[in-house]
Amino acid sequence: MEYDHILIRYGELALKGKNMKNFIGQLRRNLQSVLKSFTNIKIKRSQGRMYILLNGEDPEPIIAECQKVFGIYSLSLAIKVDNNETSIKEGALFALSTQHHAHTFKVAVRRVDKSFPTGSQEMNQILGGYLLKHTENLTVDVHHPDTEIKVEIRNEGTFITAAVYQGAGGLPVGTAGKSLLMLSGGIDSPVAGYLMMKRGVQLEMIHFHSPPFTSERAKQKVMELTEVLTNFGGSIRVHLVPFTALQQEIFRTIPERYAMTVMRRVMLQISEKVCARENIKAMVTGESLGQVASQTLGSMNVINEVTNYPVLRPLVSFDKEDIIRYSRQIGTYDISIRPYEDCCTVFVPKSPATNPTRSVIHQCELKADFQPLITEAIEDIEIITIEQKSSTQTGEDFTDLL
Amino acid sequence: MIYLDNSATTKPDDTVIESFKKVSQQYFANPSSIHKAGADVEKLQTAARNQAAQLLDVKPKEIIFTSGGTEGNNLAIKGTALQYQQRGKHIITTEIEHASVYETVKSLEQFGFEVTLLPVDQDGHVKLEDLKKSIRDDTILVSVMCVNNEIGTVQPIKEIGKLLRNYPKIAFHVDAVQAIGKVAIDIQNSFIDLCTLSGHKINGLKGTGILYKNKNKQLFPLLHGGNQEYGIRSGTENVAGNVSLVRALRLTKSKEKENQVIFNELNKQLREGLKEIPGININSPLNAAKHIMHISANGLKPETVIHDLFEKGFVISTQSACSSKASDKSRVLIACGKSDEIATSGLRISLSHTTTTEEINNFIDALSDTINTLRQLLEVDKHGI
Repeated sequence: MEYDHILIRYGELALKGKNMKNFIGQLRRNLQSVLKSFTNIKIKRSQGRMYILLNGEDPEPIIAECQKVFGIYSLSLAIKVDNNETSIKEGALFALSTQHHAHTFKVAVRRVDKSFPTGSQEMNQILGGYLLKHTENLTVDVHHPDTEIKVEIRNEGTFITAAVYQGAGGLPVGTAGKSLLMLSGGIDSPVAGYLMMKRGVQLEMIHFHSPPFTSERAKQKVMELTEVLTNFGGSIRVHLVPFTALQQEIFRTIPERYAMTVMRRVMLQISEKVCARENIKAMVTGESLGQVASQTLGSMNVINEVTNYPVLRPLVSFDKEDIIRYSRQIGTYDISIRPYEDCCTVFVPKSPATNPTRSVIHQCELKADFQPLITEAIEDIEIITIEQKSSTQTGEDFTDLL
Repeated sequence: MIYLDNSATTKPDDTVIESFKKVSQQYFANPSSIHKAGADVEKLQTAARNQAAQLLDVKPKEIIFTSGGTEGNNLAIKGTALQYQQRGKHIITTEIEHASVYETVKSLEQFGFEVTLLPVDQDGHVKLEDLKKSIRDDTILVSVMCVNNEIGTVQPIKEIGKLLRNYPKIAFHVDAVQAIGKVAIDIQNSFIDLCTLSGHKINGLKGTGILYKNKNKQLFPLLHGGNQEYGIRSGTENVAGNVSLVRALRLTKSKEKENQVIFNELNKQLREGLKEIPGININSPLNAAKHIMHISANGLKPETVIHDLFEKGFVISTQSACSSKASDKSRVLIACGKSDEIATSGLRISLSHTTTTEEINNFIDALSDTINTLRQLLEVDKHGI
C-alpha cells in the first residue's frame, strides 16, 4: 500500500460565497502551473476539497511545492480505498504505520456518504479497536494524540490521512486583481510584494534603472528577486524604466535636499501611467514608516500627492528585523544584500529633507518641466516577463554545460 | 589496457571534459567582476551550485567548491578545530581514515588538540559503543569515512549521525570521497555537518571537489582573501572545474541505481573468480562497497604482482595510491587485526561502472597466471637451483 493522493484543504476562501468558484478555479490553475514538471499527476476537485492524484509520483517534492501556494490551509497525504469496512481498516492501519514518531493516536471518522451503513461514532470505535489490535506500543489519546487518523467516507470513496502539513494560507494569487510593485532591489520591496501576493494579488514589477550609474548587476538582481517571487504565484512582468535622463534633470533643477522627494514623485507619476496603461488598480511599495528620510509621514504626504491611485504599503508598520526575517524566509534576503548601486542610492543627498511640505516642493518644481522626459521614459519602457522556473531548472539555460 | 584502479582515480567522462573546455573558452571572466561578462559567469557558477545542491538534496549555500578530497578534509577538520577550539580540543576519528583525515587530525596534536582513534573490527567497522564511550565534554569533531578507500568497508554513517545528533556541540564530518555514486548517502537524514566529495573519483577532473557544510556550522577559513565561497574558501572560482564537477556529479547520480546493480554483478563475479585462485586472501568484507576488492597474495610482493599484471595489460594498485609510497604495511589492514604478511601484500582492484564481465574474466585468468608463475619462480629460488 502507498499514499496515492494529496488532499488539499482551502483556507478562508471556502467562506467566500459567490466568488468561491473563481477562487477555486484560480487555485487549481496556480497549482497546475507550479506542478507542471510532475507530468503524471492529476488535480481533481470535490466538495470543499481538492485532490492531487499522484499516479506514482513521489509525494514529498509535490507537497513542498504546494506549501508555497497561497490559498491552501493545509495538506495531507491520503490513501483512497473503497467504501467498505475491510478496506478502510487496512487503509487506516497503513496510514498509522507511516507515523513512526507517534506513540498515541486518535481516529476521527466523517461520514459524508450517508448511504454507508455504519455511523461515524461506531466507525471510530471499530477502527480504534482494529488499530490497537494490529500495532504495538501505541495507545489511544483522544485529547492530545501524536497523530490523528482522519477517515472521510465520501461518495467517491474513503480518504484516509495521517500527518497534516501546514499550507501557506492567504488567497490564491490572481483572485484579487493586479498591483504594480515598485521594486528597487533592496530588502523591503520583495517582502511587500510577497505579502500582497499572499492576499491574492497578482504582481507586475516596475524598476527604475539609470545606466551607466546603475550596473547590469543591479538589473540582474531585480530579475532574480522577481524570479524568487514567481515561486509564489507564477510568471511576473517587469517594467524597466530608463531613468537616467530624468534623474539627471531632477538633480540639475531641484535643490539637493529636496531632490529625493521630487524623484519619488516622478517615479510615482510614471508608475501611475503604467498602471493606467496596463489596467492595474494599485501600486505597492516596501515603505516602512520612519525607516529613511523619504519614508516619514511628511514625505509620504508630499510624495503621494501626485497620484490618486491607491499606494499600498504592507510594511508600513513593520520593524526592520521583521522585514528581514520575512526576507530570509521567502529567499530574497541573500539577493537583496548584494552591494550594487540602484537608482535610489546613486544620487543620495548629504542631508535630505526629512519633513518636506507640499508648498515647498511645489515651489521647487515650478522651475522644472519633467513631463517631456516622463513621456519619453514611458515610451522607452522595456517589458520582460520572468517565468516561474520549476524546481529542476537552473534559471538560465546552462544544460549543455551542466 | 584494462583499468581496474578506479579508487585511485577515474577516467574523466568526455562530456565532462567538453564542459570544462567550453566554460574555459566562453566563460573565462572573473565572476566577481561587476561587468556583464562577470555577471554571466556568476550566473553559471550559481546554476552549478544550485544543481549540486539539488543533486545532494541540500541548500545551495551549503555547497563549498574545493580543489578535491584532500582540501575538503583539511578544511572540514582544521576549519572546525580553529573555529570551535574554545569549546574544546578533542577530536574523534578512526584508525582507518584516509591520510588526508588521519594526518590532518594528527597534525593538530602539536597545537594541543587531543585525538581519539576509534578501533575497528576485522572487517574495518567501527562500533557505536566505542564512539559513545569516547565522547567527552570537550569533543568538537567526529570524523568518520563512509567507504574505506583500501578495503571498501562501509561505516554505519546514519547510525553515527543519529547518535551524534544528541550532541549539538559536536560537528560530524564524513569523508564520502569513495562513497558518492557507489553507496547511497543521505546527508540530511544522516545528520552530517560536513561531507567531503571529490570530482576525479566520479569521472570528473582532478582539482575539483565539494565540501558540504551544514548552514548552522561555521568553519574558520584556511584560505583568506576575496571572500569567495561565502568567505570560507577565498580564491578566484574555478568555474570551469566546478561546472564540470557538477556535470560529473549529475551523471553519477542519475545512474546511481543502475550502476549499483552493475557493481553488484561485477563484484560477485570477481569474488567468485578470486576464490578459485589458491593463495589469495580476500580482505574486503562481503558487505563492503562493491567497487572495491582488496586481496593479498600471500608471500608475494604486491609490486611484483602489479608490474607483472601491467605487462599483461591490467592496472591495479597496492593499498591506496596516496600512501603507497610511504610504508610497506597498510595501516588500515593492521587496524583490522590482519597479520603483517597480509598487511604488506595487499592488492586493490577497483571497478568502474564501465568495467565489463569479459574484462573481469580476463583479469582473473591473468592474475591466476601471474601468481602461478611468480610462485614457481620463488620455489625455484628457495631451492637454489
